Amino acid sequence: MNSWPRLLLWITTTIVLIFMVLPIVIVVIMSFSNSRFLTFPPPAVSLRWYEAYFGSPDWMDATWNSFLLAVIATVVTVPIGTAAAYAANISQSKMVRRLQLLLLTPVMVPVIILAAGIYMVYAQVGLVATKTGLVCAYAMMNLPYVFISVLAGLRSFDMNQEDVARSLGVNRFTAFMKVTLPQIRPSVITGALFAFIGALDETVVSLFIAGGENQTLPRRMFMSLRNEIDPTIASISSVLITISFALMIMSSLRGKRAHAV
Amino acid sequence: MSDLPLEQQIASTPSMEEAIARAERAEQRMYLLLFAPALLLVLLFLGIPLAILAFQSFREGDSFTLMHYARIFQEPIYWRTYYDTLEISVIVTLLSVILGFPLAYAAAVASRRWSALILALVMLPFWTSVLVRTYAWLVVLQRRGIINTTLLNLGIIDQPLSLSHNFVAVLIGMLHVMLPFMVFPLYAAISKIPAELLQAGHSLGGSPAYVFRRVILPLSAPGIIAGSILVFILSLGFYLTPELLGGGKTIMVSSLVQRNVELYLQFGAASAVAMILLVTVCIIFWAVDRVLPVEKIVGMR
Repeated sequence: MNSWPRLLLWITTTIVLIFMVLPIVIVVIMSFSNSRFLTFPPPAVSLRWYEAYFGSPDWMDATWNSFLLAVIATVVTVPIGTAAAYAANISQSKMVRRLQLLLLTPVMVPVIILAAGIYMVYAQVGLVATKTGLVCAYAMMNLPYVFISVLAGLRSFDMNQEDVARSLGVNRFTAFMKVTLPQIRPSVITGALFAFIGALDETVVSLFIAGGENQTLPRRMFMSLRNEIDPTIASISSVLITISFALMIMSSLRGKRAHAV
Repeated sequence: MSDLPLEQQIASTPSMEEAIARAERAEQRMYLLLFAPALLLVLLFLGIPLAILAFQSFREGDSFTLMHYARIFQEPIYWRTYYDTLEISVIVTLLSVILGFPLAYAAAVASRRWSALILALVMLPFWTSVLVRTYAWLVVLQRRGIINTTLLNLGIIDQPLSLSHNFVAVLIGMLHVMLPFMVFPLYAAISKIPAELLQAGHSLGGSPAYVFRRVILPLSAPGIIAGSILVFILSLGFYLTPELLGGGKTIMVSSLVQRNVELYLQFGAASAVAMILLVTVCIIFWAVDRVLPVEKIVGMR
């Protein structure tokens, strides 16, 4: 390639990358502002918005709730998704293959439709604003990520190893736990990360079915964003950005499976 | 399971054959059993809600009716919103191809280190919550946002520009969320193109534009298709960003669903709107499935 198309390529790339990253950088900078107003750069550095976040029982409750729900949802989703991936990987039956596609539907249906539908069902059976209701919805929504990730791991694993373990006298479950699982661990962890961050960030379905004692952090943020821009959101956002950043680094250190499926 | 020759030898006796068949059936049952919880989860919390939506969309009071669907075609607010949703989704898809392609291409041809940096800079926003990113754009674009306060302080303008709560703001916010969904499949496709092919194109006298058109573009087509479908479908049902950056105006179909449920308690109307959106998405998936398996598109997320 001669030089000017190359130059154009790099200029475009740089501009688009700035577009992608700049808003995130700005939020982090603004979170340290001492001002109520969005003056840039901030007049002086302060931690008042972090104090406002960590000092507010309301925000802390919502944060704790979201964290707890995300942990429970992950603990529920990972074994269910792993079991399904295990069966899908070995079973030769056509039915299982077809059912497999069904497990992917949660990511294919627009979230707003899920939200409206789940709300109408929950309203009938009294699951609105309950932990059970939220955990089940999150588990269903994140199941495909666990399933895809674990299935990718199993595909590159030699199942004969498990058969060998079984022929040496351990039962199937033990063989799976002792031989297979340790070797597909990176893909299970990637799936779990997706499930966790998916549940932690989930906003649209929560808008419909969370609330009351079971308020979640994203729902509360959304409510407050709709009314006025409270700079506290900047500090909360920075905390969430830090968490995403940490998880991203963790997942890229754990083998780059998730996106290469 | 394992087809050892020994097993075949033993299997030659009829009773053994039967035992193996029985064992195989037990095996199949076990797979179904392992599959069952996942299936149940999807059927209970996705299947039933969708069935209820479909039912409600034909219902008013205690009788069946087509009024909810009729209303969508009669009332301008409804079909206008559908039209706007389609329009904005098409624009977002096109823009993300145009902006995502150079990025994916640069990541594919750059040295290892630069490529990792580019992908990491796309990955960071991708992992950041959509709500946080939408807030970031509000901070930048709003009436008292960073652009306006800076321009006012510099004396360049005396009235704040209306940058948020409109079509363009929604477009910018959506593009920011959708770009990674385009870049990852594109990168996967482009990085599979052998470098020798490009060299061959150039050394045989092809201009960069010619090589791009005849070699790079056709070979990256699967990535473009997968990315476009993903972005288009996600855009069609996108709620958060259009709602917040659109400033309470009903711009997208998703807001129509939300308002009918939460504000007006019109479950029938909301269901009909949702069903049409769902059917649209299904048709797209069905059509695309003939070119590119759905598993592949979804797996790329």
